[in-house]
Amino acid sequence: MDLYEYQARDVFESHGVPVLRGITATTPDEAKQAAADLGTPVVVVKAQVKTGGRGKAGGVKVAKSADEAAEKAEQILGLDIKGHVVKKVMIAEGADIAEEYYFSILLDRAERRYLVMCSKEGGVEIEQLAVERPEALVREPIDPVAGLDEAKAREIATKAGFDDADADKLAPVFVKLYEVYTAEDASLVEVNPLVKTGAGDIIALDGKVTLDDNARFRHPDHEALVDIDATDPLELKAKKLDLNYVKLDGNVGVIGNGAGLVMSTLDVVAYAGEEFPGKPSPANFLDIGGGANAEVMANGLDVIIGDEQVKSVFVNVFGGITACDAVANGIVKAFEILKANGTEPKPLVVRLDGNNADLGRKILDEANLPGLERVDTMDGAARRAAELADQA
Amino acid sequence: MAIFLNSDSKVIVQGMTGSEGMKHTQRMLNSGTQVVGGTNPKKAGQSVEFDGGVSIPVFGTVAEAMAETGANVSVIFVPAKFTKSAVVESIEAEMPLVVCITEGIAVKDTAEFYTLTKGTKTRLIGPNCPGIISPEKSNAGIIPSDIAPKAGRIGLVSKSGTLTYQMMYELRDLGFSTAIGIGGDPVIGTTHIDCLEAFQDDPDTDAIVMIGEIGGDAEERAAAYIEKNVTKPVVGYVAGFTAPEGKTMGHAGAIVSGSSGTAAAKKEALEAAGVKVGKTPTETAELMRAVMENLGK
Repeated sequence: MDLYEYQARDVFESHGVPVLRGITATTPDEAKQAAADLGTPVVVVKAQVKTGGRGKAGGVKVAKSADEAAEKAEQILGLDIKGHVVKKVMIAEGADIAEEYYFSILLDRAERRYLVMCSKEGGVEIEQLAVERPEALVREPIDPVAGLDEAKAREIATKAGFDDADADKLAPVFVKLYEVYTAEDASLVEVNPLVKTGAGDIIALDGKVTLDDNARFRHPDHEALVDIDATDPLELKAKKLDLNYVKLDGNVGVIGNGAGLVMSTLDVVAYAGEEFPGKPSPANFLDIGGGANAEVMANGLDVIIGDEQVKSVFVNVFGGITACDAVANGIVKAFEILKANGTEPKPLVVRLDGNNADLGRKILDEANLPGLERVDTMDGAARRAAELADQA
Repeated sequence: MAIFLNSDSKVIVQGMTGSEGMKHTQRMLNSGTQVVGGTNPKKAGQSVEFDGGVSIPVFGTVAEAMAETGANVSVIFVPAKFTKSAVVESIEAEMPLVVCITEGIAVKDTAEFYTLTKGTKTRLIGPNCPGIISPEKSNAGIIPSDIAPKAGRIGLVSKSGTLTYQMMYELRDLGFSTAIGIGGDPVIGTTHIDCLEAFQDDPDTDAIVMIGEIGGDAEERAAAYIEKNVTKPVVGYVAGFTAPEGKTMGHAGAIVSGSSGTAAAKKEALEAAGVKVGKTPTETAELMRAVMENLGK
């Protein structure tokens, strides 16, 4: 889960990372009040969106009075920044910035350890810096067991070209940011810019934090950070039903078992769709996992059929541990549940293969379900589902 | 021969007395695996009865189980929040092969226990993986052995469990030396490259199928490895061409890997290394079939 800047600010603060005061607002009036509450001569109105480049898009503006803060908030709220509509701004204290630095900690998947990156040259164009002058960006591997202590933090600061006085001030901040990374089970902590003020203080001015959802059991408080409003309503419904669902743009609903197989199914549907004039493509990703019982299947079909864009549905199950007769019974039951709910079925192509496939196919044939077609190969079934979506 | 797992392998199950552990221990026994013990400190000294009149002893610790049975493989089924301590226990006991099936483990835990395997005698497979099977020899994990019961001369390595099953099923008439699901988590123990290296050295393997998916740069690295070190034919498949852009890791992710991590980039890298890449799992299986025919197998 990616955090908003204001959430990252709060998390930083709770671990003793120096940050500026900030108050969120969803209306110009609230922004005015927030600026008045901060009481500083200058405030910054910052769009809260989970994407970069908001400064360039006009999402960050300076205001010199509470009225001006309201005015700027009015301009920023509702702005579309790379497809993210601004619903919230943060009114932050203005900073007296002397220098801007860059600091991040993240998981290095390839090396299977953590990586700290640090540069004296912070600001927005860090990716460009990494390409054009890689020597200006220090990359230091961190052993996940040994961690990052103050000595190591100081070494990193020195490597990045900071003098002793700056390194003394930066090292404790680096250690606290590492504490955020490990104590909160983050997979990314990025501060850009990390600034030095005119008075010589170090402040994390803008932060990006990604939290590991698998670690939720250690962090019940992370639940409150989930932005329910920003979640697609179908995804929200699926989540409540404990389904692994992602909404896509196409018109062929897809259900399968196992993330890899479902991902592969999306690809096969997209390839098959290229043959047809309307270029049908997958409408969603839905993995019903290994269990695939009747209720899960019914819930899955319910979510997918509830998607108005869906014109046909492809159920692709390979019976590994799951037996195909159980899946077939699940589909039959799912139809009963959908009928009881008054949900109108949509054309459905089913491919069952693997464990007890013959038995499963027989069950489906005998049930003679409305709109259901059985195709026994993955490629053939994908083609038929695409064709049905194209005809609809 | 096969890789990592053979008919001499003696397997213990950490978490054998739980429902998943029980179910899959039975399945492993059914496919001919030598399961010699389980661990559970609360049930040490007891034994568990399985179908076919097999009685498997439960030990308090992994070290004890190894000392008593000569076990050299541990399969882990314990819940995600306890997995780290289970893996660490096996590492400390110097278990040669640890197969971690559990899914949903916090990546910090995996990063830590993977780090602890470095420089030790332990090879870790997984986590979040279906395990490893050398058909007709041994099966450590949850891969259903009846998908492709026959031993053959193809080696298979895959991130995804169900795609492992799909590919084994497509090529079941030819059979496999070893099929291994390495798991799709951000941090895993055994990698594509480790398996490619082992298959290259395995006299029982003539050709290799490698299945990847979006995320990370493991496939790109494997491609570079193949170009330099693998003389046996390799056929590949990559899932996720149409998958939505997942979580972006701020700016930092792209800077690190230097790769977009997309399926297209992975396919391109593999093809540049001389790997034939199928568009669908079925097409990939057909490519492998042609390879085996060319080899005269």
